[in-house]
Amino acid sequence: MKLLIILAWRNLWRYPRRTSIILIAIAIGIWSMLSMSAFIRGMMEQHVNDTISNFVGHISIHAPGYRDDPVIDHSMPQPNEHLLHLLNEKVWAARVRVPAVVSSERETMGVTLLGIAPAQEQALSFIADAVTDGRYLNNVEDKGIILGRKLVERLETGLGKRVVLGSQNHSNEIVERGFRVVGIFDSKTENIETQFVFVGRHIAQKMLQMQDNISELALLSKDRNELENLLQKLRATSPDLDIQTWQTIAPLARVIVNVFEGFLFIWYFVVFIAIAFGLVNTLLMAVFERTREIGLFQALGMKPHWIVGQVLFESLFLLAIGLVVGNLMTWVTLILTAEGLDFSRYAAGYEMAGLSSLIYMVLNMSDILTANMLIIGLGLLASLYPAWRATRYVPVEAITRT
Amino acid sequence: MAIILRLAWRNIWRHPRRSGLTIAAIAFAAALLVFMITLQFGSYDMIIDNNLKVLTGHFQVQHLGYLEKPKMRSTITDAQKMAEELRKINGIVDIATRANAFALLASEKRTYGVQVLGVEIMHEAKLSTIPGRIQSGRFLSDDTAQEIIIGDALARNLKVQVGDDLTLLGSGYDGSIAAAVLPIVGIFNTGMPEIDRGLIEIPLTSFQEIFSLEESAHLLVGMAKNLDHLETVLTQVRAKIPDSSLVVLDWNHLNPGLFQLIQADMINSWFMYSCLILIVTFSILNTFLMAVLERTREFGVMLALGTKPLSIGQLIMLETLLLTLLGLGIGLVIGGSVTLYFYVYGFSYPGMEEIGAQFGLIDVITPQLSLFAFMLGPTIIFFFTMIVGLYPALRIRKLKPVDAMKSV
Repeated sequence: MKLLIILAWRNLWRYPRRTSIILIAIAIGIWSMLSMSAFIRGMMEQHVNDTISNFVGHISIHAPGYRDDPVIDHSMPQPNEHLLHLLNEKVWAARVRVPAVVSSERETMGVTLLGIAPAQEQALSFIADAVTDGRYLNNVEDKGIILGRKLVERLETGLGKRVVLGSQNHSNEIVERGFRVVGIFDSKTENIETQFVFVGRHIAQKMLQMQDNISELALLSKDRNELENLLQKLRATSPDLDIQTWQTIAPLARVIVNVFEGFLFIWYFVVFIAIAFGLVNTLLMAVFERTREIGLFQALGMKPHWIVGQVLFESLFLLAIGLVVGNLMTWVTLILTAEGLDFSRYAAGYEMAGLSSLIYMVLNMSDILTANMLIIGLGLLASLYPAWRATRYVPVEAITRT
Repeated sequence: MAIILRLAWRNIWRHPRRSGLTIAAIAFAAALLVFMITLQFGSYDMIIDNNLKVLTGHFQVQHLGYLEKPKMRSTITDAQKMAEELRKINGIVDIATRANAFALLASEKRTYGVQVLGVEIMHEAKLSTIPGRIQSGRFLSDDTAQEIIIGDALARNLKVQVGDDLTLLGSGYDGSIAAAVLPIVGIFNTGMPEIDRGLIEIPLTSFQEIFSLEESAHLLVGMAKNLDHLETVLTQVRAKIPDSSLVVLDWNHLNPGLFQLIQADMINSWFMYSCLILIVTFSILNTFLMAVLERTREFGVMLALGTKPLSIGQLIMLETLLLTLLGLGIGLVIGGSVTLYFYVYGFSYPGMEEIGAQFGLIDVITPQLSLFAFMLGPTIIFFFTMIVGLYPALRIRKLKPVDAMKSV
């Protein structure tokens, strides 16, 4: 066995140039697999995080019917003490969220009105850190309004100016109220800037005459994997409410994850096949030019399975060295792109696809393992063919061959 | 020349297995690239087409600055006359006049803010897919008719059906209040959430009356017969528009996201293609190199017999060329058949519909059947293998006949 390994190792370096070329092919292969998966994972992770911080949270609680028809009629009371008990130690926020119309002196636009408790949103949604001009809301009684930058441009208004917000109350009457613009927020996506306006929750409740009711409650759990358990508990406590995880609220995020995972797997196979051609050919050549040597081994009594073993060890060494180099290359790539890959030149395009244009590569341990195991496993499998060819030489013929 | 060709051909088949594998590797890469590139280009065509056909059109004439700030007062005076003038230009399918406003739309139960579009019935159908996407009821009947069509998501939100009345409330051109009560005659579904949720259409003349626009409108939307010749059409359009307060914008300016989406996707795809081509090139470089190294003795003899190093180099390049062409040929046939199959039956994968709806990929992708899309991948592979083939061919020049003949 030890002899076999030594033989295989030395055979590898008989032709350093040939060995290096196939090593480069394997290294590029594994590098492209891993960087592709890191890129796609990063993109998906970003998408999921954006979805969650765009007021979805990990779990959203609504009155039945609200998700179909998000209006004031489908609002619910503040969480009762049983629910509060479960929410204890979790990050959560209760909001008023209804369609509304905002007008400046010049323009009128349709928007989504969010009545928030500013402190609750702090760790939950993007808005707390997104105000770049003016200030964030102070508390639920704050009489100011926060608008997105794009919306401010469209309305031709500005900080300190007044806008009028209109929406429907329970009896289908239009209720209006004037607000002073106290803050302007920026978002990665223009749609968000034009869609949402923020006011203090009590002010919104007063304006809409809805007492202390709310439209939705969103919460974050420390661990995304624990959600199912928490969901069951919440549903048991409040069977009359509609309680869903982010996957149900934003189904697109989940579909994107599935499609990309399928795509990655196909890419792995494509790369593997491309590598396999080179690997098998190189091994076939190596075996062919050693016909005499192998014949001699056999004549001297080496068993066929030893010959197979020798070729397989050679292949294993090739694959392993190639993989190490490729993984190192990926590691360097990740370090070089730690600041994020900036595609802001194509920001509008990424936005259309619902993605952020600044992508941080994320490499999962399971992706590294899958890619490496796939190449080693299937690579060895493919090497069986040249190994088997090597055992087919008839010793006497092989020795006499030049 | 004939003898060199025969030599090269025979040399290839000295090792049928090795040559076969090399050809297979090239064929695999070529077939894959043919299929992926035609599919990729096909999906771009579809994204562009589906997006532009919904509303945007190939180009628009609008008031300077209207794109950034669609203001009621940024109008085109006598828009319909200008449209009539532009329709005379050769290469234009049609021009439609549109007026655009924001208004509150109220049913008995609900009120929503929406985008109101005034459209020319006669011309809209050729420029927009909305008239053909009516799910219940019918499209608008006449430019002066007092009626309305709305998206299905909006109908759901407003809790209304065909036949119900809707109240429209906005502000007119002169700042006066624009109000009307109109019956719904049709409900459409474009598959694009934003449009289905936030857009309604009414006949242009009615729009002009309700919003006190008189003969003005906001947009002239045009479609060229061939998107590739858009620039020549636009030059003619610009010549016909003397008013410097109006601009002619192509689809790329109207919808910058579309072009950028395609560019971003191009970068990702070409990263993958380059990796694939590199891996395959390195894989076959070994074959070429070995084919030369194992024949060192043979080449020594040829040199000793007076063959010029250049001829031997040519022989090796010819072998490379034959191998590559065989591989590319097979790859083109396989890739082409797969592409044709999907051209007939359409390509789709699970989940595509949900993601695609965002940017107008509706159900299946049809690969683009163009010479360019077919040949792009194989051409690049061809160049790469030829460059790689140069390396062993150039090594011949270093051979010394006597030393070479001694080598085993």
